[in-house]
Amino acid sequence: MNKGRKKTIILLSFAVLVMWNFSWALIPLYDAFCEVTGLNGKVTQSSSAESSMTAEGREIGLQFISHNNAGMPWVFKPSQRALKIKTGALHEATFYAKNTTNKTMIGRAVNSIAPSNAKNYVKKIECFCFEEGIELKPGEEIYLPIKMVVDNELPKEIKNIVLSYTIFDSNIKHNLIMDHDSNHEMEPSL
Amino acid sequence: MFNKATTTINKSLAALFLAALSSKSFAAWDDINMTEGVTAISKEVFGLHMLIFWICVAIGIVVFGVMFYSMFAFTKKKNPNPSTFHENTKVELAWTIVPFLILVLMAIPASNTLTKIYDDTAGDINIQVIGYQWKWEYRYLEDNIGFFSNLSTDQDEIDNNTPKGEHYLEEVDEPVIIPVGKKIRFLITANDVIHSWWMPDFAIKQDAIPGFINTAWTIVDKPGTYRGKCTELCGKNHGFMPIVVKVVPQDEYDIWVATKQEEALKMAELTEKTWSAEELVQRGEGIYQKNCVACHQSNGAGIVGIFPALAGSDIVLNDKARHLEILMEGVQGAAMASYANQLSEVDMAAVITYTRRSWGNAENGDGKIVVPTDIVEYKNLKLKEEEI
Amino acid sequence: MSAVIESHDHDDHHHGPAEGLTRWLYTTNHKDIGTLYLWFSFAMFLIGGAMAMVIRAELFQPGMQIVEPEFYNQMLTLHGLIMVFGAVMPAFVGLANWLIPMMVGAPDMALPRMNNLSFWILPVAFFILLSSLFMEGGAPNFGWTFYAPLSTTYAPPSVTFFIFSVHIMGASSIMGSINVIVTIMNMRAPGMTLMKMPLFVWSWLITAYLLIAVMPVLAGAVTMMLMDIHFGTSFFNAAGGGDPVLFQHIFWFFGHPEVYIMILPAFGITSHIIETFSRKQLFGHTSMVWAMTSIAILSFVVWAHHMFTVGLPLAAELFFMWATMLIAVPTGVKVFNWVTTMFKGSITYETPMLFAIAFVVLFTIGGFSGLMLAITPADFQYHDTYFVVAHFHYVLVPGAIFSIMAAVYYWIPKWTGNMYDERLGRLHFWLSFIGVNVTFFPQHWIGLAGMPRRVPDYALQFADWNMVSSVGAFLFGASQILFLFIVIKTVMGGKKASPEVWEGARGLEWTVDSPAPYHTFSTPPKVS
Repeated sequence: MNKGRKKTIILLSFAVLVMWNFSWALIPLYDAFCEVTGLNGKVTQSSSAESSMTAEGREIGLQFISHNNAGMPWVFKPSQRALKIKTGALHEATFYAKNTTNKTMIGRAVNSIAPSNAKNYVKKIECFCFEEGIELKPGEEIYLPIKMVVDNELPKEIKNIVLSYTIFDSNIKHNLIMDHDSNHEMEPSL
Repeated sequence: MFNKATTTINKSLAALFLAALSSKSFAAWDDINMTEGVTAISKEVFGLHMLIFWICVAIGIVVFGVMFYSMFAFTKKKNPNPSTFHENTKVELAWTIVPFLILVLMAIPASNTLTKIYDDTAGDINIQVIGYQWKWEYRYLEDNIGFFSNLSTDQDEIDNNTPKGEHYLEEVDEPVIIPVGKKIRFLITANDVIHSWWMPDFAIKQDAIPGFINTAWTIVDKPGTYRGKCTELCGKNHGFMPIVVKVVPQDEYDIWVATKQEEALKMAELTEKTWSAEELVQRGEGIYQKNCVACHQSNGAGIVGIFPALAGSDIVLNDKARHLEILMEGVQGAAMASYANQLSEVDMAAVITYTRRSWGNAENGDGKIVVPTDIVEYKNLKLKEEEI
Repeated sequence: MSAVIESHDHDDHHHGPAEGLTRWLYTTNHKDIGTLYLWFSFAMFLIGGAMAMVIRAELFQPGMQIVEPEFYNQMLTLHGLIMVFGAVMPAFVGLANWLIPMMVGAPDMALPRMNNLSFWILPVAFFILLSSLFMEGGAPNFGWTFYAPLSTTYAPPSVTFFIFSVHIMGASSIMGSINVIVTIMNMRAPGMTLMKMPLFVWSWLITAYLLIAVMPVLAGAVTMMLMDIHFGTSFFNAAGGGDPVLFQHIFWFFGHPEVYIMILPAFGITSHIIETFSRKQLFGHTSMVWAMTSIAILSFVVWAHHMFTVGLPLAAELFFMWATMLIAVPTGVKVFNWVTTMFKGSITYETPMLFAIAFVVLFTIGGFSGLMLAITPADFQYHDTYFVVAHFHYVLVPGAIFSIMAAVYYWIPKWTGNMYDERLGRLHFWLSFIGVNVTFFPQHWIGLAGMPRRVPDYALQFADWNMVSSVGAFLFGASQILFLFIVIKTVMGGKKASPEVWEGARGLEWTVDSPAPYHTFSTPPKVS
């Protein structure tokens, strides 16, 4: 085979490898992009929270909502559903969770915020949603902490922020028809 | 021979078209075009849609006009000596720049409308919308009421056993009720897979993604009943989870909220009262029809190989503890979800009792019923093996 | 000139094809492999078409008559996968194999043995995919776009076989593309500069680059799925810190260029056919090359127009709206160039020209609905409705598929040495043309009126036009049996074709005999 062809083949194969790696690079790229631009509405742990705790600013409404994802039977609700807070001031809140089953379970909470452009002004110092897993024994209950401050620079037109937390069972298995626990006597094939 | 074939084909197609033409729905513009909707935004969206449509029609007329003209005027017979021109930079530039300018003209109003739609700063009323396989849950944040909204069309209509009602596949047991003229903000998420909440009359469509909130808002000026659909493939009953929103005057809304809040209080009372088996079975039947029939079927036989039968099932007959556990926690790795957060204690007890007492299960099994306080105790983990 | 060609000249047993069935198993000849791809894609087209018939039969009336919703979802998923990966793409590869070496004056593709492998893994891939219908839990049922978590946490066990199948198809496409690029870049006859290359070759050069860029990304996406399903990772699972929307970004980064992969060769074919039957040189050759190149480049930056409702921020939605609208410009340029080629030409209406003209008109209609879809606030009303289904079926059926049929009619005399039956060809055209429009035009209306896609049943106001659409589908489906008959008839015999076949046809493929000899251009031609 002549040199020209060999060279083209090598270059193209290299391009294939590059694009394969690119698809995996999209994962951290996506996260980085989301953090920088605030696009996925997730509030991450803030290192600049201190700088937002300046003078007390204006009053805004804060609403907490919760949801249990499929297969997550815990009791999970905010201790306070709606309240008024001041920007620029540290605020603490809690979520109540209880494992009502007879198995130890690990839950994980995902947070989301509305309106989406409030994300960059809500600084969380501590949040149970940053934990990789919240383990509760059967019957155990807990108050999960959130410590946050809303920056005074929050755009004037935002008068109300909704913080949403969805709790998941970390251990959800996959595949509809395989993998069922053989201790359970179910009818065919579940 | 092929002439005859095409003539026959033409004739049958013409007949079909005439048949369609004479049917009532053909006459309605509504059936072939987007709705104008009932909000300021929906009307803007409709306007954009029509603007782009007519621009496309105009471009089509010009381009196809030249083409069809060429097809008739420049056949080999009429023009045996074709021209030889085959490039012209000026023309290429012209038909690059002019379309570009037309697009800019389209982009301006489109960008304006989109910016308005993105105003999700606050609502007078905030409603959390949660998509489930295969129903919607609505929670009103300020008034602290919540309910599920299921398709209410009878399975018999779907199976062609009875005639279809006027709002076939577009009716629910509990519609969303909102007041006229107030800004309503929807906080949309999902419980399992991705769904999508679409209200054509409000020009709202946002995907419902598990773990995340998408917002949408509307202000509706015209009271009425508006119907929408789930618009993201979400599994087997994707086509069977519609949305109904009723827009009512403020005072009607206030009364409805008060009623719902009373119901919630009553539910607590109902949980404490003593229930007879017959009462539970009767209540349970309705709940079963709404929530369980899709998989376990009306006769409790399930679908072989996919959804277990409840009629004659060992758990339903003899294992009250496991039966309760499955309803409260779902089955890991399978389609059976936990219903702990979807059914009240009363409804949960009712539907379990219904299945334990139906299809011959009462005679063939231990016949044990479950009462609402059982569910409360389960949640408090006070249930011990002996009590079951 | 290469050493390989010279040794061929001295090799005794390369006078013609091998004997027996194993000829097809072991062949490294681009013509044979082209034939294999084309027949394979025809078979897949009929299988995918049968699934479409099941879908349209269920949608013929409101209510569930024929299948259960679970099975319906399997039909719509497999229909999409088979048509995209089994019918359209392999057909274009088959055409590439047959035509590119002849059009550039090369004796064969650059890597003939890899060419054989690229083909033969395809039937394996589709056997695996189709056999999933018989697996426990059924075939994939999450749409050909397989969004997570429906395709991960909630998928049937066959999803693993689906992933395996996609990996194999991807490997086939990547190997095929490497072959195409190396052939075009390194084996053109002396004197054939890039700008002298015919447009079909250009279209495939660009398509091959797109394939190299995006098929690995698809492979990445399905591998991530595999890991989420079997190895406890959480790429797309919010419970583990992942994000279902990430899947959509990765998928559509592949998916959007993919649809241009499915149309660019059609553009090339159309340019050839319109030029020949207008008896007039294609207007704006250079412009056409630039247009295809810009379309390909732009195709990388518009992917999120498939995701306008997932909750992207305003800035992103605006960017993707504008970028998507921009693609209309080079696409429009191409349409204008084709029309101008016909203007003041000397036109006859043989079957290839009928299909090519229909392509231009109907693809343009699909382009218009695409432009409407690009307008984000309007898209909120169109997304995931039958309006989208109408759009993509217009660009794919009277778009890509018509161009493939046009190509078959146009080049089959070269491949077989026999003319196809012109009257039957025209009948096939008219039946297909009517069928395709009766099927898909009303779908614009039912989408606008509010019918979502991927549903097995619908509210009563959609009934009439669904029935019409189904009738059109049955007509279109039946017409393809006629096409099968025509092709077989032509292969078996017909009026003998000259080397030139069509008056005014340009290109190196028309300088060799019809049927083309098993080996052509063993000695490269001189190109002026």
